[in-house]
Amino acid sequence: MNNTKDPYLPYEAEIVERIQESPTIFTLGLRFTDPELHKTYTFLPGQFNMVYLYGVGEVAISIVSDPMKKDRFDHTIRAVGRVTQALEKLNPGERIGIRGPFGRGWPLESAKGKNVIVLTGGLGCAPVISAINYIIARIEEYQSLKILQGVKHSNDFIFHNRYQQWYHMSKTEVIIAADKADPTWPWLTGRVTDTIASLDIHADNSIVMMCGPEIMMRTAITGFVEKNIPENNLYLSMERNMECAVGHCGHCQYGGLFVCKNGPVFSFPEIKNLFNVAGF
Amino acid sequence: MNQTPFQFLPHEQLQNLIQALQNAGYSCVGPQVREGAIIFDTITDAAQLPWGVRDHQAPGEYRLESIPEQEAFSWANGPQAIKPLLFKPQETVWKVTRNLEGKLEFLPHHPEEVPIAIIGARACDLAGMRIQDKVFIEGEHVDLRYKQRRESLFVIAVNCTYSSNNCFCVSAGTGPEVTHSYDLLMIELPNGFTIKAGSERGQHILDTLKLGNAQDQQCIQAQQRTKKAADMQTKRIPLNNSSALRDVLFANLEHPRWTEVAERCLSCGNCTSVCPTCFCHTESDKPSLDGCQSEHEKMWDSCFTEGHSYLNGEVVRDDTRKRYRQWLTHKVGSWFDQFDSSGCIGCGRCISWCPVGIDITEELAAISGESNKRDNDE
Repeated sequence: MNNTKDPYLPYEAEIVERIQESPTIFTLGLRFTDPELHKTYTFLPGQFNMVYLYGVGEVAISIVSDPMKKDRFDHTIRAVGRVTQALEKLNPGERIGIRGPFGRGWPLESAKGKNVIVLTGGLGCAPVISAINYIIARIEEYQSLKILQGVKHSNDFIFHNRYQQWYHMSKTEVIIAADKADPTWPWLTGRVTDTIASLDIHADNSIVMMCGPEIMMRTAITGFVEKNIPENNLYLSMERNMECAVGHCGHCQYGGLFVCKNGPVFSFPEIKNLFNVAGF
Repeated sequence: MNQTPFQFLPHEQLQNLIQALQNAGYSCVGPQVREGAIIFDTITDAAQLPWGVRDHQAPGEYRLESIPEQEAFSWANGPQAIKPLLFKPQETVWKVTRNLEGKLEFLPHHPEEVPIAIIGARACDLAGMRIQDKVFIEGEHVDLRYKQRRESLFVIAVNCTYSSNNCFCVSAGTGPEVTHSYDLLMIELPNGFTIKAGSERGQHILDTLKLGNAQDQQCIQAQQRTKKAADMQTKRIPLNNSSALRDVLFANLEHPRWTEVAERCLSCGNCTSVCPTCFCHTESDKPSLDGCQSEHEKMWDSCFTEGHSYLNGEVVRDDTRKRYRQWLTHKVGSWFDQFDSSGCIGCGRCISWCPVGIDITEELAAISGESNKRDNDE
């Protein structure tokens, strides 16, 4: 964005598809109604948009689709707050506002040639899905990909088909664990962070990307450090209240960092000093 | 500009300055007494200024008294000065219309405002303004509405000739002498002002007043009066407002003082409202009743509210201890990481307007171990 553009102003986008992923999670496929704008719109995995619902307000949502997919971009949303519960009711053809992309995404360039471990927990997998898609589309450029996904209950698991596809791909390993599971659950039962200890990891050539509840990421970081992965190869996507997305409104501050513009993806050393302190 | 000689503006010609600014298209905003405090609002007559009024400030206290000297600026400050003029407490950012087919049209909002000339900005106020410039216009993303107002703001700064008991700008490194960001600078004497320009447009206004040069004696007296304001300050911010404050605060995140101050703090957010550098704001929508239009507004927010740290149905800072710690570690700590300076400008407003008189310098003294009392031999 340049200095004469108003960073607060959204642009109209049309819902081209709506997918119900689970009882409370849905995906909106979107396209800017201005074809010129849509053509020039680019983003990186891990970045987010401010999604505006007419008359209600804006909410920060990460972009879940592959950046190379040019016809549309997707947001996977959990109906949890005022704006997202109202967004849930929209249908294809309806219009919303979008501004973005904002923030710093995953270090996918520097991860090339490395073993990439993606760890997500709970319903927080959306920010890494586009990273996984990005890597899989270019898997020959990466050493390997391990996907670790944890959910509280097997019923919370979404994107079954995608995980099945990834499971069968070469150079790719998929581990899914549910804290509690139905008898028919085909994956592991237990905490996903407990699987780290037994992973086959090349510590000197691995990079970790994680997102999900902070408590899970804390446990995971301990696990990866015990496997001798250097701290500066541990990356995590942070979440805080975001309203402006451009470092003006102050809500997303994390110590000296603005999660919206310095993040949302950080290397662990950048946030280490506050990561174990409640209240920041 | 330091070489520019001061001219002399007699008190009785102050109205000419207001007139000249109005003729140049400015709306003048100046200090005046209202509801027991000095506030800044539109001014058309020099008689509206707070002649012969002085403020007395202490932790949790602000009162005005009359003094015999008939001067317009013999007070230190009021609850606010520049901040609400540039960073509006509430304003429309954009509007959106929706037609019958559900098509949305987003319209940027650029208010047509008359340029403002502020009379009586202090050194601390200008330090605060420079800090907000960094937040809103000097980063990658620019708040165009702030920028428009900032660029058209005409600043008539006044050096302080008096400090309240809550002033500590000397130790904060911001005053009381104005050294930057002014179009005109005035220092008050018993019968008028020494005055000089700090910009071309300031010089242009000054030229229209056709004043004579100030006498050497007047300039010396003006200097002495500013020095007196500096000398009378009794409070100081520990560690000279340096980044050492950040280091000491972040090394003491579990200090018992946070719990102790949280027992006094009401989490009301008065400190953040009066602080010239606090920039937090929230955004909300105001849809019209006919459903055809909505206005997206921003409004001042405070890190002392529960909603400020809302996240996924929970609150990150769920008690006053966490909120006060957030405010202070940001204000004089992580501010250095963000904007390369402290966020405290030494005006003392947060001390005076705190309903329970919490004193930022005292809290920093308790945690840093360095005194907040000024050694007057300094």
